[in-house]
Amino acid sequence: MSAGFDRIPIEFRVNGKAYERVVEPRMLLVELIREELDLCGTHIGCDTTYCGACTVLLNGGAVKSCTMFAFQAHQAEITTVEGLANGEELHPIQKAFADNHGLQCGYCTPGFLMSSMQLLTRNPNPTDKQIRKAIAGNTCRCTGYQNILKAIRAAADATASSSTAKTPVAHGDVE
Amino acid sequence: MADRERKRGHQNPVYPGAFRYYRPSTLEEASSILAELGEDAKALAGGQSLIPLMKLRLSAPSALVDLNYIPDLGHIKRHNGTLHIGAMARHADIENSAEASKIPILHDCAAGIADVQVRNRGTIGGSVAEADPSGDWGAVLLTLDTEVHAIGPNGERNISLTDFFLDAYTTALAPGELVKEIRVKAPAKGTGGACVAFKRCAPVYASASAAVSVTLGDRDVCKDARILMGCVGLMAIRATEGENALRGQKLTAKTIEAAAEAAMAATDPQSDMRGSADYKRVLAGALVKRAIGIAARRARGEHVEASHEYVGRI
Repeated sequence: MSAGFDRIPIEFRVNGKAYERVVEPRMLLVELIREELDLCGTHIGCDTTYCGACTVLLNGGAVKSCTMFAFQAHQAEITTVEGLANGEELHPIQKAFADNHGLQCGYCTPGFLMSSMQLLTRNPNPTDKQIRKAIAGNTCRCTGYQNILKAIRAAADATASSSTAKTPVAHGDVE
Repeated sequence: MADRERKRGHQNPVYPGAFRYYRPSTLEEASSILAELGEDAKALAGGQSLIPLMKLRLSAPSALVDLNYIPDLGHIKRHNGTLHIGAMARHADIENSAEASKIPILHDCAAGIADVQVRNRGTIGGSVAEADPSGDWGAVLLTLDTEVHAIGPNGERNISLTDFFLDAYTTALAPGELVKEIRVKAPAKGTGGACVAFKRCAPVYASASAAVSVTLGDRDVCKDARILMGCVGLMAIRATEGENALRGQKLTAKTIEAAAEAAMAATDPQSDMRGSADYKRVLAGALVKRAIGIAARRARGEHVEASHEYVGRI
């Protein structure tokens, strides 16, 4: 029988950049992202798999990073909200949220953006019902959701008319 | 580690207890590790129930055996009229599988579980093995002829799903035994199934659910029916009397009403934050009625969309 680990060596990529870390088994993925990598755009809201503020993309699929262990990042490609903008230039989904008042206090916004990313990457022209289903795992206490729906619709329409959606740039170095 | 405990301890207690981690590369290896470590070790599949429980310290296993790096456990394929679903197939895989959607009730269920994020991680094998009375798969799979293919220290075996669930959170799995595959027999011709559940918002468990299968014969007479209800007892409840009310009858408003009445009588709900026992009983009856209606339309070949519904229906 294998001996098991008290500390786990993991390799993973975040926003195109390769990382190697040794983590304690019980470390949560959101903790790895926020405290080890200092990517604090991913927020902890409810910490109990309800609110979706901690949503990141794992191999392109939205996941709640408070409900995954850090070791589950092993061999995975993660995208956080920091991976969306290209320098100062906002990603179309970010611009759409800004233009349509899709946020107020902004705490839930990174999660909504990442859920929207899974939707629009896989289904660039969603129906309103598909948009609603795609963000059903994210909670916002300010906007009343209508402007978020409007923003995602606007982003879909904008992407349909131009193909400027950016994929994260890969860096060569391992940190 | 101690550092981390100090760092987060007082400000955020939502953190799992320490455990040892195992990453087997085959199910046989996973099974022997679990058998050796005993009850205190847990298998980690999708983690969407286990991790929240661990964070709230309602569960504090001394070891986790990670099934996520074992290859070839996520398949969904049909073989000789039986759908084989690998234990690690995620709910989202099933939701998006054309093969699984040929049995529409499977799609109803997969597409309605929690939210996108949870469906991307949670697995059918984990859900069945957990045997949560509010879990979504139990009731649905019991309307079909379903077997659990398990692997353990004494080899592999098939367990009929009816014999698999013993009680709330209790299954026929022996120590060290793991679900390898869920096998669903394709329903007979003229059969339609539907699952409808009601929940207060997407991420939460349903307040009540109904899963129904009906087989229609000549002149629309109901040859066979299965009615299961979730979240209204310690296990998924089969409404045998409700089924009897349909069998041999035409599905009219009257017979469907009689079946729903009988189904309500079979429920044994508990009052909790999802609603009072009385409310859940009535809700279950309403869902049974709705599910029979959709199942019957599907049995006649109609395409009908169904899934979990929640307040502010989408």
